[in-house]
Amino acid sequence: MYHVSKSDFKTRLQTWLPKLVLSPSLAMVLIFVYGFILFTVYLSFTDSRILPSYGWVGWENYNKLWRLSHWEISLKNLGIYASLYIAICTAIGLTLAIFLDQKIRGEGILRPIYLYPMALSFIVTGTAWKWFLDPGIGLEHTMHLWGWESFEFGWIKDRNLAIYTLVLAAVWQSSGFVMAMFLAGLRGIDSEIMKAAQIDGASNWNLYRRIVIPLLRPAFLSAFVILAHLAIKSYDLVIALTGGGPGRATELPATFMYSYTFTRNQMGIGASSAVIMLMTIAAIMVPYLYAELREKK
Amino acid sequence: MRLFSKKSVAVAAFLASTSMVSAADVEVLHWWTSGGEAAALNVLKDDLSSQGIGWQDMPVAGGGGESAMTVLRARVTAGDAPTAVQMLGFDILDWAAEGALANLNDVAAAEGWDAVVPAALQAFAKHDGNWISAPVNVHSTNWVWANKAVLDELGIAQPESWDDFVAAMAAVKASGRTALAHGGQAWQEATMFDGVALSVGGVDFYTKAFIDMDPAALGSDMMKETFDRMATLRSYVDDNFSGRDWNLASAMVINGDATFQIMGDWAKGEFLNAGKVPNEDFLCFRVPGSAGSVSFNSDQFAMFAVSDAGAQAAQGAMAASIMSPSFQSAFNVVKGSVPARTDVPNDAFDACGKKGMAELAAAADSGSLVGSMAHGHANRAAVKNAIYDVVTAHFNGEYDSATAVEELVTAVELAQ
Amino acid sequence: MSSVQTQSVQTGRITRKFIYLFLLLMALFYLLPFFIMVVNSVKPLSEITGGNMMALPEVFTIEPWLAAWSTAQVGVEPTGLRPYFWNSIKMVVPAVAISTVLGAINGYILTKWRFKYDTILFGLMLFSCFIPFQIVLIPMARILGILGLSGSTYGLILVHVVYGIGFSTLYFRNYYAAFPTELVRAAQIDGAGFFQIFYRILMPSSGPITVVCVIWQFTNIWNDFLFGASFASGSGAPMTVALNNLVQSSTGVKEYNVHFAGAILAALPTLLVYIVAGRYFVRGLMAGSVKG
Repeated sequence: MYHVSKSDFKTRLQTWLPKLVLSPSLAMVLIFVYGFILFTVYLSFTDSRILPSYGWVGWENYNKLWRLSHWEISLKNLGIYASLYIAICTAIGLTLAIFLDQKIRGEGILRPIYLYPMALSFIVTGTAWKWFLDPGIGLEHTMHLWGWESFEFGWIKDRNLAIYTLVLAAVWQSSGFVMAMFLAGLRGIDSEIMKAAQIDGASNWNLYRRIVIPLLRPAFLSAFVILAHLAIKSYDLVIALTGGGPGRATELPATFMYSYTFTRNQMGIGASSAVIMLMTIAAIMVPYLYAELREKK
Repeated sequence: MRLFSKKSVAVAAFLASTSMVSAADVEVLHWWTSGGEAAALNVLKDDLSSQGIGWQDMPVAGGGGESAMTVLRARVTAGDAPTAVQMLGFDILDWAAEGALANLNDVAAAEGWDAVVPAALQAFAKHDGNWISAPVNVHSTNWVWANKAVLDELGIAQPESWDDFVAAMAAVKASGRTALAHGGQAWQEATMFDGVALSVGGVDFYTKAFIDMDPAALGSDMMKETFDRMATLRSYVDDNFSGRDWNLASAMVINGDATFQIMGDWAKGEFLNAGKVPNEDFLCFRVPGSAGSVSFNSDQFAMFAVSDAGAQAAQGAMAASIMSPSFQSAFNVVKGSVPARTDVPNDAFDACGKKGMAELAAAADSGSLVGSMAHGHANRAAVKNAIYDVVTAHFNGEYDSATAVEELVTAVELAQ
Repeated sequence: MSSVQTQSVQTGRITRKFIYLFLLLMALFYLLPFFIMVVNSVKPLSEITGGNMMALPEVFTIEPWLAAWSTAQVGVEPTGLRPYFWNSIKMVVPAVAISTVLGAINGYILTKWRFKYDTILFGLMLFSCFIPFQIVLIPMARILGILGLSGSTYGLILVHVVYGIGFSTLYFRNYYAAFPTELVRAAQIDGAGFFQIFYRILMPSSGPITVVCVIWQFTNIWNDFLFGASFASGSGAPMTVALNNLVQSSTGVKEYNVHFAGAILAALPTLLVYIVAGRYFVRGLMAGSVKG
């Protein structure tokens, strides 16, 4: 028999309380994210079609997956789309942020204009974009009406260029958000550092390149995480803008996954594509997160 | 832990519908949300409410029912299936195979469905000899819609053969108009493919290739000819077709910017809506070369299994209501399709509707009524979409006809 | 705002002109799709199908707006979007509140009550942001069915909370990481408990990051379609599902002007949140999440 004093109990509670409070969130994530991932991995080895079923088929779904030219196209497209999207968003976001940070008059008006697209889903703006990009009724047509007869902008109808219209619309949606992150980063930089650098006679260009941009590193991390996750999940955008066309030129893994799991009733293949996607994401994100998080300790 | 055995899903669907819906209500999952469609559905709703049966609406539009089917899967998995679900073709049979659908034999026997519904259609409304769903309408896909004023102006007669059709399109193109209005979406290209395949090889070839999925037919010279004809059609489409909605393509014909459109009979609604009159302002005829055969798709309401007697009665009443000649007539006049039973009077229908009804009955008798590949009535979703992939890739110039034939054989094999 | 703007980069007059020009051109680019939507939502349908989508309306009408709000067909009943608006509010407000509170507490624990492997736990939570929603649909449906939450707003709230935790934890963790731990230790020595420290010391200064988190969650949850369509009952469906039914009719006539009006109506709450709270947004981001 042993005696627990009141204060002892309290101290012990205090050490356990944080973990106790954290545990519901953790449990939810473990079940609803990692549990479901395991379930998907399992499904990818089964003959599931319209609903999950449990006939084990080994690697068959993966073999089929890699024989589908459709899948290759969508992976290649994601490569082009994600790298351009992340790079351009970051570049535009950074430029806008640096420019806006020059004591611009009307910043209060410009900033929400840059930001608002993030508030809208492509279910809302998809049709407007589709019209704008359509050479028959959109920008090209309007330019012709205004007398610029030779103007051509038919990317969305071109198998080789349509993927870039996805980049355009996606950049439109999220570059303002990236701008806000960089702007916040810039405003957080100690002005003494800037003054010191200027006194040393650094040009504006060098000031930003050598001092300011390296200081924005945490903002780059946040922007990368958010942009990468948006790029990988891009689904509404494709459906609203091109529906995967012309032909299959703008299929992305997210549309592939959805289409095989739900419209084609080949849940097994859909699951195997999801597993490959998750592994790719993990291969990119885990080292990145590891490096970033370790450094902060 | 097996969360999802087939049995548990069926049982869950069974229990759920009873617990969620009060005895005399039907919960209906469908994707008919546009004005005309919803008006047509209201005919059914009013009919049921006159019998004291409530209607819980569950609309999910998008992708010709694709979103609704996704939602259905979530609902069934959750053990919360709707009582009645709008469905197409093989989806019905797939759900029946999961053991999730109710048996409607009593209603069918009482109303004599076997005698009046064409056999080709029954194949999708019955599973293992039991009625499982009630067909609402029959659409057919091998139609051409034409602007009569333009044809008259150019002195072109209604084309009867494929060569006539090509000559007519050439004449239109020469006059500076777009010959063929088309929207570049996979399902629209597949819809044309239905009609073209019928025009090349008739019902025999079509059946072998798309219904039996015979590799020899899929890889045949006829298939190559089919792709060649698709390429011909492609050359009469304007440059700006990609991604266009089908109703914008119809609008091109209505306005006279284009002359022909190959599209299912739902396109008629666009013409009527624009105040056009069949045979005066626009013509409807079968894809030249495919006259006599009809490729159909049919919207049906599949009933999910329920155990509660009241709910079963409500389902029975809904099924009976759907199949009553008066509803079939009222609904299909509004929708642009034709009735699913062949004994409905045609008085209320316009010229194109009358034509469609007569051709459906004739095709049903002669055995030349075939399920539409493009609309999931020839093969399962996996195969259908695999064919879509090839057809749309070829139409967009990714493959030549010979490659397309090869790809088609592989794609169909992989999807089975 | 000017209080934070203390740095002083000198720029020449020509450079400034270029900067203004660039900023204005970008503003035009961002406004363009919205302009197209607004302009076409006040035109009669015939003017849209027959004409130039960039042109200003020849006949101005607010009919499409009235139709989209209260008479457009979104099911068998011509109800417009109005009833679904409240469904969305009932779902979004609790979901945002709960996920924000959980994120705040998680962030507090992960930074001020560090324990072994806490970074790995955080990494697990962060990685969960990347899960494609398509794969969770079916197992989620099963679990909601088991819990008896299928077809209810509570189920939908649960789903959004679960998949919102990753980001809300990220925001608060990074924010609290910059918060001086000495203050927490001092309070501890004074005998303050776990929750007391959170209420008294961290909460009062969490305003800016709360704004960021709320904006983010509100936008994502309001705009969700897949979960709303799958896990809500017909009459309890959120606004995006109704908008989708309005816009995506398959074989019917497309009333583009009504579609655009409906789309703007459906987007108004998120736009409002951005405009009203937007001025705190950069401040919130600045105060924490991007400083690391």
